[in-house]
Amino acid sequence: MTLNIDIKEEQRKAQEHIKEQGLRVLVCAGTGCVANGSLKVIEKFRELGANVSALTDYDKMTIVPTGCHGFCEQGVLVIIPDKHVTYVKVKESDVEEIFESHIKGGQPVERLLYTDPKSGEHVHKNDDINFYAKQTRTALKNCGKINAESIEEAISVRGYEALAKVIEENNPDGVIDTITKSGLRGRGGGGFPTGMKWKFTAANRGGKSYVVCNGDEGDPGAFMDRSVMEGDPHKLLEGMAIAGFAIGADEAYIYVRAEYPLAIKRLRKAIADAEEKHYLGKNIMGSDFSFTIHIKEGAGAFVCGEETALIASIEGERGMPRPKPPFPANKGLFGRPTLINNVETLANVPLIILNGAEWFSSMGCETSKGTKTFALTGEVNNTGLIEVPMGTTLRQIIFDIGGGIRGGKKFKAVQIGGPSGGCLTEEHLDISMDYDSLIKAGAMVGSGGLVVMAEDTCMVEVARFFMNFTKNESCGKCVPCREGTKNMLKILEKIVAGKGEMEDLDRLEQLALTVKDGSLCGLGKTAPNPVLSTLKYFKDEYIAHIRDHKCPAGVCTAMKKISIDPEKCKGCTKCARTCPVGAIEGTVKNPHKIDQSKCIKCEACLNACPFKAISKE
Amino acid sequence: MTETSTKLDFRVLDEILETYEYKKSYLIAMLQKVQEVYRYLPEEAMTYIGEKVDGLSPATVYGVATFYAQFSLEPKGKYEIKVCDGTACHVRGSMPVLNAIRNKLNLKEGQTTCDNGLFSLEIVSCLGACGLAPVCVINDKVYPQMTSDAISMILDTLMKEEGLN
Repeated sequence: MTLNIDIKEEQRKAQEHIKEQGLRVLVCAGTGCVANGSLKVIEKFRELGANVSALTDYDKMTIVPTGCHGFCEQGVLVIIPDKHVTYVKVKESDVEEIFESHIKGGQPVERLLYTDPKSGEHVHKNDDINFYAKQTRTALKNCGKINAESIEEAISVRGYEALAKVIEENNPDGVIDTITKSGLRGRGGGGFPTGMKWKFTAANRGGKSYVVCNGDEGDPGAFMDRSVMEGDPHKLLEGMAIAGFAIGADEAYIYVRAEYPLAIKRLRKAIADAEEKHYLGKNIMGSDFSFTIHIKEGAGAFVCGEETALIASIEGERGMPRPKPPFPANKGLFGRPTLINNVETLANVPLIILNGAEWFSSMGCETSKGTKTFALTGEVNNTGLIEVPMGTTLRQIIFDIGGGIRGGKKFKAVQIGGPSGGCLTEEHLDISMDYDSLIKAGAMVGSGGLVVMAEDTCMVEVARFFMNFTKNESCGKCVPCREGTKNMLKILEKIVAGKGEMEDLDRLEQLALTVKDGSLCGLGKTAPNPVLSTLKYFKDEYIAHIRDHKCPAGVCTAMKKISIDPEKCKGCTKCARTCPVGAIEGTVKNPHKIDQSKCIKCEACLNACPFKAISKE
Repeated sequence: MTETSTKLDFRVLDEILETYEYKKSYLIAMLQKVQEVYRYLPEEAMTYIGEKVDGLSPATVYGVATFYAQFSLEPKGKYEIKVCDGTACHVRGSMPVLNAIRNKLNLKEGQTTCDNGLFSLEIVSCLGACGLAPVCVINDKVYPQMTSDAISMILDTLMKEEGLN
């Protein structure tokens, strides 16, 4: 089809526009950095930058609020690409120094540079920071580099070029072929081949079909979809439009969690901007192809990440899954053929169209192609959002990119894939992180949440935590999930409270296997995974709780005993004054004692003691 | 039945229904708007929507309202505190933060809104700010890397602003 715009020309204009901005100062304005005060940093920079005569080499300075860089822990992040520098933990009060010393004087502010935890040296360039250096950012490439609220900036980095290409070539089947050949698999958790999903939906071309983007990132500990929606919304919209073109749909929905207000705001603006330019909406770029995108806000239900439940929720109903078949590809939203893809999956689409299927499939490993984002959190030095080729090992992620365990603690396990995933231990540090190897190890890629746990994390407590989550989120439709999660939780609570019996372990395992086999949807089918994997790798911890009434990690309060060492206690009375329940007795200058029947194990005394005389076991 | 209990201004509800063209597929969005206005879902409002919108009944509206965690059938506080207990926050100690808030606000087990109606407390599963764990959100402001001391200070400030203490 012929288009009435020349996207290359638009790109050139947008790049020109960016050149006119002079010195670009990128300040992260993702949820994390905003919480750390980035809006004030931006304001201060703008105030200073207004004084043009102060800038020697540039006739202008432009402050660019960007999306998430991923290195949230070090926020607020300020990057000045022309000066090859990344500043971390910037506060409003630091802005003037950066401006005076570096922007005007050419002298970098050493104290605001990232310090490598191993060498203790300052690192100037973004790419030299270990956290970034070992990553391959493709889906996240523009996140943190462009102004997420400006369509011009998106266009300048080839935004909408892929869409123009597919409409011009007018070969929907060819697009599906390219996606199939690239080996892209669903990034939401299941890992279903994306091309195949498109093909199934495209088989129903002719009538009304829908594209639905699943942005209901419910897994606690995962935030890659939020980052894409906040940091590079146009890439997602373009991916959806390409999908719509390929399967013959003219209408789409993005289902976003209500917990992501900033993502919703930026997507709304992005859609309005794209419609104004006729990159979305009726007769895109002057062609016959029309594509309208709506946003639907979720209302807080984890199960809505399941595709049939998500459809019910968009229709305004309770988000309950229904049996498949019929698959959404045949009968989905409002009874019409529907293609449902995850945010990250769709964000990869424009890149594959532009760079070719071979480019994508050259990254990753045998059965899992391309890159995957992981949300690296928990007891690790560098927390944040990362993107690595599929097949990277856990060791590389935790120790190279993540910089090892915090506070010199010992690595214990990593929980992958949220409440549906499992945990991996020391022995798995060198397995390849791809869909199939992880399933074999009893875990799953899931949405890509990686929560690192150290020696002082109790694995039984972790299993209880996840079961509590899935029990609360079970929609209640099918019995195995509704009753099974409830009863597994009861048993876990019993064990954590120190009242477990050895028979409970068999009961737990049996229940877990029944729920896994008998549940209707993915939530129930995977809910037992945390139990099964902790039972497999940390059975000794369960046994310690039950038989020895001990929590080896010292977490479970029911088994905790806090005591005062009479040798070390100087009788300063500080602990007795701190204790909220009056459980500590003693007179001045004489050793104090804790009344165990009153103690609520809050550890307030432990932190208050100046002589380290109080310990827990 | 609702016409007589005139606690609510039904014109506000009509406006909301108008915005969404009385379409039942927008039920969740309608309820979100109602909650924005009243800080909870009043029973009369749910009944009204159930009766006015084609294909809905008060029972289905109530069903949807009770299914989603976001909706509250009781008034929320002026300050809505959300404590994140997602995995990352849990591992980094969200429970001591939660307990500190409960103590500070004198909330009994199961109580979510404090007696003066100023604060309400909610545990949420993940706010997607895991890099800053543990986090709390008060109204729309995100507070990173919370500790029990830090949250107590924040609450003190808010209470002072409200003329308490």
